[in-house]
Amino acid sequence: MSAEPITTFESSLEEVGVELVRTSTDQFESTLIPLLSTPAVGAPLPFENVSLPDAVETDPGVEELEAAKTGVTAAGYGIAEYGSVIIQGGPDGEEPASLYADEHVAVVAGSDVLPDMDATFDRLAEDIRSDAGQAIIATGPSATADMGALVKGAHGPVEVTVVLLEDR
Amino acid sequence: MSVDTRQRKAERIRHLLETEGDSVHKNTQVFNNGRYESTADLEDYEELKDEARAIKEDAIERLPELVKQVTETVEANGGTVYIADDAADANRYVTEVADGRDVVKSKSMTSEEIEVNESLEASGSDVWETDLAEFVLQVADEAPSHIVAPAIHKSREEIAELFNAYFEPEKPLETAQELTQFAREYLGEKFVDAEVGMTGANFVTADTGTLALVTSEGNARKCVQATDTHVAVAGVEKIIPRVEDLQPFVELIGRSGTGQDITSYVSLFTPPGDSPTFDVDDELGSGDEREFHLVLIDNGRMEMREDDQLRETLYCIRCSACANSCANFQHVGGHAFGGETYSGGIATGWEAGVHGADSAAEFNDLCTGCSRCVNQCPVNIDIPWINTVVRDRINRGKDGDLDFLVKGLTPDEEPGGVDLQKRLFGNFDTLAKLGSAFAPLSNWVAQAGPARSLMERTLGVDSRRELPEFERESLVEWFKNRGPQVDPEEARRQVALYPDAYTNYVRTERGKAAIRVLEALDVRVDVPSAGESGRAPLSQGMVATAQSNAEDVYDALAPAVAAGHDVVVVEPSDLAMFHREYERLLPKDNYTVLKNHSYEVLEYVYGLLENGADINALPDGDDMQIAYHSHCQQRTLNLEPYTLAVLEDCGFDVRTSDVECCGMAGSFGYKSEYYELSIDVGETLVDQFTTENTADRTVVASGTSCLEQLDALLTRRPAHPVRLLDT
Ligand code: SF4
Repeated sequence: MSAEPITTFESSLEEVGVELVRTSTDQFESTLIPLLSTPAVGAPLPFENVSLPDAVETDPGVEELEAAKTGVTAAGYGIAEYGSVIIQGGPDGEEPASLYADEHVAVVAGSDVLPDMDATFDRLAEDIRSDAGQAIIATGPSATADMGALVKGAHGPVEVTVVLLEDR
Repeated sequence: MSVDTRQRKAERIRHLLETEGDSVHKNTQVFNNGRYESTADLEDYEELKDEARAIKEDAIERLPELVKQVTETVEANGGTVYIADDAADANRYVTEVADGRDVVKSKSMTSEEIEVNESLEASGSDVWETDLAEFVLQVADEAPSHIVAPAIHKSREEIAELFNAYFEPEKPLETAQELTQFAREYLGEKFVDAEVGMTGANFVTADTGTLALVTSEGNARKCVQATDTHVAVAGVEKIIPRVEDLQPFVELIGRSGTGQDITSYVSLFTPPGDSPTFDVDDELGSGDEREFHLVLIDNGRMEMREDDQLRETLYCIRCSACANSCANFQHVGGHAFGGETYSGGIATGWEAGVHGADSAAEFNDLCTGCSRCVNQCPVNIDIPWINTVVRDRINRGKDGDLDFLVKGLTPDEEPGGVDLQKRLFGNFDTLAKLGSAFAPLSNWVAQAGPARSLMERTLGVDSRRELPEFERESLVEWFKNRGPQVDPEEARRQVALYPDAYTNYVRTERGKAAIRVLEALDVRVDVPSAGESGRAPLSQGMVATAQSNAEDVYDALAPAVAAGHDVVVVEPSDLAMFHREYERLLPKDNYTVLKNHSYEVLEYVYGLLENGADINALPDGDDMQIAYHSHCQQRTLNLEPYTLAVLEDCGFDVRTSDVECCGMAGSFGYKSEYYELSIDVGETLVDQFTTENTADRTVVASGTSCLEQLDALLTRRPAHPVRLLDT
C-alpha cells in the first residue's frame, strides 16, 4: 500500500477531530496502554499476534459498559478521503464496546485503509454478501446539535482515536 | 379566501415569526451555508446527483419487483417483511409485534406519518424517542418543524426551561452540554429496559436486505443493539436495488442536509443483527435470537408512482436541502407550512400523496417558485413544479363562481373554483394592459384609499404595499413609434427583445435602456408584441392558463428565432420560464429552440463583449460603488456571474448579496396574509445592503420583484443594472 492514502487518512481524521496513532505489531501493546483510561472494555482483535492487554474487559456487563472510559475494537477498514472507520459488529461485542465508552479506540491495519467511497462500497458489498451483518461507517465522535449548540458526544463516544498497524 | 381566513393566516405567521423565527433562521443558515461549502468540495457533485437520480428512477420504475426481492432476501436472512397498505395496517402489525413491551425509537419521519407512538402507547407500551430532538419534542408534546432536525425551532434556553420544569433536576440544566448529558443518562436507562428497538431506514437494499441509517448521535445503533426485537419502519420507496447503489447517496445526503461531508454514523445493518444484547439480568447476552421485522409502508405511495406529476416525489431522500434553501422556510420554519407530517420544500408532494391534497392545501402558497431549491436537490427533483401541480389541483378541487368584480379581468382557462386573489395575480397581463390604457387615471384610482381597502377586503391585496404604476405608453408602442436604429446590414447580431409584462407596462425605462445598450454594441433590436410568459398564472397554480400564455409567446417569438435572431429577456423570471417551465408547457422542439436562442440581457451583453464588441461603447464605471442583488431564478440558471463580470469589466466596483430570495417573489409580497413574512425575508437582504461597506452604494437588482421590495425597504432607489450601461 502506498503511503498516500495513509497521509490523506491522517489529515481527514484530523479534520473530524480524531487522532491517528501509528504503530506496528510489535509495539502495539506499548502504544495502546497509554491511550487507555480505565475502566476499559473491548472486543478481541482479529489481527494475528496482536492482542488486548488484561486491563481491557472483553466480556463486560451492562454496568461495566456504561462506566467504561475507553472501548477498544478493531475496525474493518478506514476511508482515507473521509476519515471514517468501518465498525463491523458481531457476537464478540464490537458494537457495544465501540458505542458506550467515552472514548473509542479503533484499531485498523495499514493495508485496510481504502482511498475513497467507491473502493469502500466495493468492499462493503463483498462483505455484506458474504454475511457481515453490520458495518457502521463511523466518522469522528457521536455528536448532536439538537440541544441548541453543537455538542460532541451524544449517545455514543465523545472522543475517537485510530491506532494504525502500519505493518499489517 | 375570506378576509377572516387571510387574517388568521397572517396572525399565525406573525406568531411564528415572533416565537420560532429566530431559532429557525439561525439553524437553517448553518445548514444552508454548510451545504454550499460541503458540496463545493465534491469534484463530481453533478455526476453524483445524476447517478443518484438514475438509481431512484430505476428503483421506482421497478418497485413491485424490488419489493418482492427484498421480501425474499430479508426472509432468507431470518427476518420478516410486512407490507402495510396504510397507517392503520402498519400500526396494527407493529403493536402486535411489540405486544405491550417497551419500545425505544430512533428518528423516523415515516413513523411520524403513521403516528405509531399513539398506537403503541394505547396498547400498553412505553415508547421513548431517543433522538435528542425527538426527545425534546416528546417532552414538549410538539410536532417536528423540520424533517432532519425536528426541534430546529427551539433555542437552548427554551429546551433548558422545558427540561428544568419537566424533570426538576437537582441542579438546573443550562448549557447544551448539560442538556445532552442529562438526556443521554435519562435515555440510557430506557435502552436497558426496552425490549423492542424501532428504527426507520434511509435506504433498504433489495439484493441483501441491508438498511442504511444516516445518523449522528449513535441512538439508532443502541436501539438495535440493546433490544431483542428490531422493527424497521420505512416507506416502500426507500428500496434501492443493490448495496453498491448506496455510494452516491452516502456521499450526498449529509452534505445536502446538514452540510456535513458525512454524518457521524452511516449504519448499514443487515438484520437480524447478532451483536450481544442486554439480558434481563443486566448482562450482555447472545444476540443470536434477535427478531427482525421490516414494515414497508405504502400509504399512498404506490398511487403516487402511477401519478405522472407526483412520481418524482418518491425519489426524495428527505435530506432537507429544499427546506434549508427556502427563504420563507428560513424565516418562519416548518410549523408555518401546515401539513400533517411533512412541512416545507418537497413536503407538499408528500402530503398530497400520503395524506391527501387537503393536508397540503393550507400553506402551499408559501412556495413562491423562487426555484433556489432546484439545484440543491441531490436527486434533481423539480420541487417548485410539484408545488405548482398540487396548487393547480387544489384550485380545481374547489368549485365556486367567478365574482363579478374580476370577471372581466380574468380571461383565463381555469375553472370557477380558483380563488379571486389568485385569478387577479394570475391574469396580470390583462390587468397591466388595462392599467396602461387608463394611466395615469388608473394609477390614481388604484392608489386611492377606498379602492385600496376594497382590494384588501375582496382580493387580499395588502394596502401597505405600493401598487405598480402603469405607464401610459407601453414599451412596444414606444418602440413602434421609434423603430429600430441599427441597419441590419451593419448589425453584429439581430435580436428580438421580449417585452415582459412589467417591462412593457410598468418599468419601461429598463426596456428602453436595454434596447439602447444593445444598439450601442451594434445589435439591431426589434420588439415584437408578445404577451405575458405564463409566469404569473403559473405562480398561482393556474397551469392551463400558463400553458396557453406560453403557446402565444412562442408564436410571437418564433418568426424571429426562425430568422436566426436571438431573443433577449430583461426579466429573469420570464427567462426562467423559457428555460425551465416551458419544457413542461410546450412541445419539445419548440421548447428547445426557444431555450437555445434566449438570453438574459446582461448575459447577452457579456457574450457580445467576449465576441469582439467594443466595451468602450459602454460608459466607464469609474469605480462607482454598486451593491447588486441578483434574482433567485437567475441564480438558479447560473446567470448571476455575467452581470457581475460585465459591470466589473466596465469599471464598476460591485458587492453582491447572498440571500436566497428578496421575499417579494411576484405576487407573494402583495398578499395580505403573507405581507409580514415577505417583509421579514426582505429585511435580511436589506441588512446586507446597509452594512458599513454597502450602505452608500448604488443599489441595482435584476428582477422586478426584487426592485419593488428594495424600493419599499430602502431609502435609496434601486434600478436594473442595464441602466448603469445606458448613456
Ligand atoms: S426533495 Fe430533494 S432536496 Fe428536498 S428533501 Fe427531498 S431529496 Fe432533499
